[in-house]
Amino acid sequence: MKKIVELKNVSKSFDGELVLDHINLDIYDNEFLTLLGPSGCGKTTTLRIIGGFETADEGEVIFMGEEIGDVPPHKRNVNTVFQRYALFPHLNVFENVAFPLREKKVPKAEIEQRVGEMIKLVALTGFEKRSVTSLSGGQQQRVAIARALVGRPKVLLLDEPLAALDLKLRKDMQQELKNIQKATGITFIFVTHDQEEALSMSDTVVVMSEGRIQQIGTPIDIYNEPKNAFVADFIGESNILDGVMLRDRKVSFSGHLFDCVDEGFAPREPVDVVVRPEDVDIVAPEKGMLQGTVTSVTFLGVHYEIIVDIDGFKWMIQTTDFVDVDEHIGLYIEPDAIHIMKKSEYSGMFGDYSSYSMELDEIGELEQIEELGELTEEPVEEAKEAESEA
Amino acid sequence: MKKKASGNLTLIRRLALAPYSFWAALFIVVPLIFVAYYAFTDLQFRFTTDNITRFFTATSTVADETGEHEVRTYVLIFLRSLKLAVISTVICLIFGYPFAYLISKAGARTQSILITLIMIPMWMNFLIRTYAWMTILQDTGILNGFLGMLGLGRIHIIGTESAVVIGMVYDYFPYMILPIYSVMAKMDVKLLEAARDLGCNGVGVLRRVIWPLSLPGVISGVTMVLIPSISTFYISQKLGNGKFYLIGDAIEGQYAANNLHFAAAIAFILMVILLIGMAFMQRFANKRAAV
Repeated sequence: MKKIVELKNVSKSFDGELVLDHINLDIYDNEFLTLLGPSGCGKTTTLRIIGGFETADEGEVIFMGEEIGDVPPHKRNVNTVFQRYALFPHLNVFENVAFPLREKKVPKAEIEQRVGEMIKLVALTGFEKRSVTSLSGGQQQRVAIARALVGRPKVLLLDEPLAALDLKLRKDMQQELKNIQKATGITFIFVTHDQEEALSMSDTVVVMSEGRIQQIGTPIDIYNEPKNAFVADFIGESNILDGVMLRDRKVSFSGHLFDCVDEGFAPREPVDVVVRPEDVDIVAPEKGMLQGTVTSVTFLGVHYEIIVDIDGFKWMIQTTDFVDVDEHIGLYIEPDAIHIMKKSEYSGMFGDYSSYSMELDEIGELEQIEELGELTEEPVEEAKEAESEA
Repeated sequence: MKKKASGNLTLIRRLALAPYSFWAALFIVVPLIFVAYYAFTDLQFRFTTDNITRFFTATSTVADETGEHEVRTYVLIFLRSLKLAVISTVICLIFGYPFAYLISKAGARTQSILITLIMIPMWMNFLIRTYAWMTILQDTGILNGFLGMLGLGRIHIIGTESAVVIGMVYDYFPYMILPIYSVMAKMDVKLLEAARDLGCNGVGVLRRVIWPLSLPGVISGVTMVLIPSISTFYISQKLGNGKFYLIGDAIEGQYAANNLHFAAAIAFILMVILLIGMAFMQRFANKRAAV
C-alpha cells in the first residue's frame, strides 16, 4: 500500500504546554483512519497540522513523498469537514458546494455538473437553492461533506463531524460516511472521542492520550489486544488487575492461578491483566475460579451489568443471567478471555469499578445534550418566531 | 393552550414597550409631522407647495473666471453637500474598514483599548472638536507651524473643501468603525479557515467571505456617516470659512431668518431623498445576501 501522509517526530506546544509529543504516523492511500482519544489528547491538533492550520514546532509532515510543513492550507490537496460545519451563511447550498470550484475558475458547465454530482452523492438533490441556515444539523453536515469532496482532495479530514447530531442520525451518518469513503476512494482521517464510532467505521484506529500515540491497529486488534491500561480502559469496558506472569501461559491474579494464551514475558514479571466484562461466566460459588458478592445490578436491555466485589476489587460483569444484589457467586474465565499487558505509566489508574456509577455516565450524557442545545438554538428560535407569526 | 400563552406574552410585551412607544411618538413621530406640516403650509398655515417648488426652482447668480452664471441655488447646495458627504464617507470607509478588521483580529485587551481610544473623542463636544481643527488647519496654525519647522513650506487649507472633508472625516470616523468592527468581531474564525481550506488565499478569503459577511456593518457604517455629514452645517462654517454653503447651513440660515416654512421644506426634501437612498442601499444589500 502507498503511504499518502507521513508524520515524522512531530511535536507541537501551545503556550509552553506540550500538545503533541513526537508523533510518528503513516497514513495509507484509501484508508479510513481514526484518531481516537479523550479531549486534549492532541487528535485535533494532529488533524490541523495535516490541514495546514497549525505548523509543527518539530518534525516533518510528508504528503505524497513531499515535505509540506510550510505549504499554506489553500495549496494542499487536503480538505476538511469542520466540527460545526463552518458553512458560509451568505451562500446557498449550491454555492457553498461550488465555492472551491469558483476559486479555481472551473468552467461554469463543469461546476454545474460536479456540484450536481456531489449534491446527489450526499442525497441533497432539490435543496440546491435553499439557504444553509434553514437546514437541519444532518443536512448541514451533508453540505459540508459535499463541499469538502467537490475539489477531489487526496485526503479528507473530518474533525468530530458527527458530535452535534443525535444518536439515530449519527448511526446513519456513520454508515453513510463509510459508503462515501468506499465510493470515492479518498483517504479519510477522522477525529473522534467516541470509541464505538471509531471501532465501527475505521480500517485503522490510532488511540492517543496526552499528546502521544498509545496504539495503532485495526479495530479488532485494539479491542482484543490493547497495549496498555489506558487503551484497554478507553476502548470498551475492562477489568484491569495487577498480576504476575509466572511463566508462559500461566498468570496469577486475584489470588488465583489462571491459564492464559500469552507468552514472551520474563519469569515472575508483574503485568496488567485485562478481562472484558462480557467474557466472564457466572457459576455456582464452589465451581468458580474466583468468588465474590454482587453489589449492584443494572438492567440494560440486552444484558445486565453487575458489579461484583472480589476481595475489595470491584469487577464489572455483563451477563444475560439474572443474579440478585448480595448474592454470592463464582466467576469462571476462559484462558483466551485473559489478555496480558506490560506494565505502563497507566497501570493502576484504570479498570476498577469501585467508584463506578451509572450516574457519572448520565452526567456525561447531560453535558452532551447541553452542547446539542447550544447548536439547535437557532432553529428553535425560528420555530418560535414562526409560531408567533401564526 | 399554547396560543393563549403567547397571546399573554404579546400583551406583556406591549405593556413593557409602552414607555418606549410613547417616547418615540413624542420625540420622533410628532416632530416629523410638524416638519411635514410646516413644509406644506405658508405663513397663514394654509396648504401650499410653494416651499417645495422654491427649493427646486430658486435661482441666483454666481461669478467665476468664465463669467456670471445663473444657477439653481438649493439644488446646487444639495449637490455640493452630497459631494462632500460622499467623499467623506468613502474616505471613512477606505480607512475604517481595514482598521476595523485589524482591531477585530487583535487580542481581547488590545481590542478594548483601541475601541476606547476611538470613542474618547466622541465624549468631547462636537463644537470644541471642530474649533480644535480650526487651530490646527489655520494658515498660522499648528499644521503650518509644523511644516514650517520641517522646512516644507506652508499650505493653505482652511476655507477649502479639503478642510471641510477633514473635519467631517474626523468627526464621523468612529461611526464607520464601530458597526463594521462589531460585525467582524462576531465573525466565526472557522469560516475563514474553511475558505482557506477550500482554496482561497488571503485576498480570496477577504473578497469571498469577510467582505460579504461584513456588508451589514458596512451599510450601517455608511449610513451613520453619510447622513450626518450630508446635513452638517457647523463644520462647513468653521473650517470652510463659510464659503461652502451646505444644505445644513441653508436650513439653519432659513431658521435663523425666521423662515420656518421654507426651512422645514428643505429638511423634508432632504429626508425624503435620504430615505429613498437608504431603501435602495438596503435592497442592494439584501440582494447580495440572497445570492
